[in-house]
Amino acid sequence: MLNTGGVYSVKQKMVLYFPSTVTEQPFTYYLIKDYNLMVNILKAHINPRKEGRAVVELSGEKKDFLAGLDFLQSRGVKIFPLEQEIVWVEERCTHCGACSVICPAGALVLERPDMTVKFLNEKCIVCEHCIKACPSRAMEARY
Amino acid sequence: MVKKTYEEINAKIRAGEAVVVTAEEVISMVREKGIEETAATVDVVTTATFGPMCSSGVFFNLGHTKPRMKMSRVFLNGVEAYAGLAAVDAYLGATQIPETDVANKAFPGEFNYGGGHVIEELVEGKEVLLEALAYGTDCYPRKKLEKMIRLEDIPQAILFNPRNGYQNYNVAVNLSDRTLYTYMGILKPGMGNANYSTSGQLSPLFNDPYYRTIGMGTKIFLGGGVGYVSWYGTQHHPDVSRGENGVPVSPAGTLAVMGDLKQMSSRWLRGVSFLGYGVSLMVGIGIPIPVLDEEMLKFTAVSDEEIFAPIVDYSESYPQGVGEPLGQVSYAQLKSGEITIGDRVVPTAPLSSYFGSRQIAVILKEWIKNGEFLLTKPVFTLPVSSEKVDFKGLA
Ligand code: SF4
Ligand code: SF4
Repeated sequence: MLNTGGVYSVKQKMVLYFPSTVTEQPFTYYLIKDYNLMVNILKAHINPRKEGRAVVELSGEKKDFLAGLDFLQSRGVKIFPLEQEIVWVEERCTHCGACSVICPAGALVLERPDMTVKFLNEKCIVCEHCIKACPSRAMEARY
Repeated sequence: MVKKTYEEINAKIRAGEAVVVTAEEVISMVREKGIEETAATVDVVTTATFGPMCSSGVFFNLGHTKPRMKMSRVFLNGVEAYAGLAAVDAYLGATQIPETDVANKAFPGEFNYGGGHVIEELVEGKEVLLEALAYGTDCYPRKKLEKMIRLEDIPQAILFNPRNGYQNYNVAVNLSDRTLYTYMGILKPGMGNANYSTSGQLSPLFNDPYYRTIGMGTKIFLGGGVGYVSWYGTQHHPDVSRGENGVPVSPAGTLAVMGDLKQMSSRWLRGVSFLGYGVSLMVGIGIPIPVLDEEMLKFTAVSDEEIFAPIVDYSESYPQGVGEPLGQVSYAQLKSGEITIGDRVVPTAPLSSYFGSRQIAVILKEWIKNGEFLLTKPVFTLPVSSEKVDFKGLA
């Protein structure tokens, strides 16, 4: 939570699950218009049974944020905490080593004298710095 | 005195008897057996580099349509190729981005897609959307074309890179207090990191510093296939200071290279994105160096400890074109993971892949050992002095 001059603003990522009965409702529209929230859809998927799953980032003032979540739940949307992980797509990695000075957690290391890069998942703090820093886009966030 | 000609070396290659080693392997051989003995044994030394090379691109002949068309604008997956050539010819540059990319208006721009990526996808065999526009003429009436194409559908695709394989390059640091997004990667403020980009002792032009064997017509490994050195590269600038071993201590020689894209591989031609800078193409290049005599062998035995690069500030000195390098550092130090600048220990990171370079040197070695790849004698070698090469800047 950020304290912006007395008004608490919130920014949070979460997973939303939409039962098939509600997938056609324009939730984004309501969240923006009625609750003043910024909605960033990071990922969305509707399965053949018409159930939807989306990873979104909501941000706004704390009272709007909480009211927005209440609204979603009242309409049957289920909210889950986001479990995110960073994956290293080895086939895309060129072992250039550019990420090794970007990763703050020592999770991407250039091994010497081989000069190959290793991803140590257990050290990763999911800061996402590597995602855009990797020229080959070999680092991906998965939810 | 050891003396070998191209013909003699090729005869040994044909007979499957040539002794071929990589520019890494030759170093320990010389340390063990000395120059003379190694020169007598080894016939060819393979060198390589695999890094982002912005001055790269592809000449296409897209094939005639019915009715015919003189394409004046050509787009491949939304990335424009220069079409100011004959009817269905176009050149796609590696750093071209789609017109719809907001670029650095949302700083730092992500540059997720561009010319380099289109080239990689074509080589991979993927379908790409070709869109072409024309004003129409009596002989070329068609004005619009939209079509999915694959590399195999196009009559010709020639990789032609006007500047690749730089002989040495800057080590980039950032003296300012804000993060910089450059073609040398992300540079953290206050010398938070130092980025470099050559394969050091494996790099082709470090192993033939005076271009005795490399020039127009030299047959090379290019993007996973066979290519040729076609000219000296743009900004070829051999008149710089050199160490006693002849190796330039700042950016110097460059290569223009070309080859048939259709026989290349997306493993060695990779579209890349530099945050806040743009897109580029990682190009894999391997160059065989014939051991014509002891001097040539000595050149190829150069090691990371003996190759030095200038440390350059990218907050002021490089963009403004002012000031002097902050110092020199060896590739051995760079590869160790940290360097010392003044009293500061600064972590280093490469942008080119040493691991990939080593793999290319080994692949090329195998090609030659198996007799599949003969050496060519260049029609002329790269200029060693700038007398005939202009290296002027604009004001
Ligand atoms: S920056 Fe990307 S391509 Fe380079 S070593 Fe790291 S993960 Fe691999
Ligand atoms: S997400 Fe952050 S911690 Fe994890 S590998 Fe990437 S840069 Fe390192």
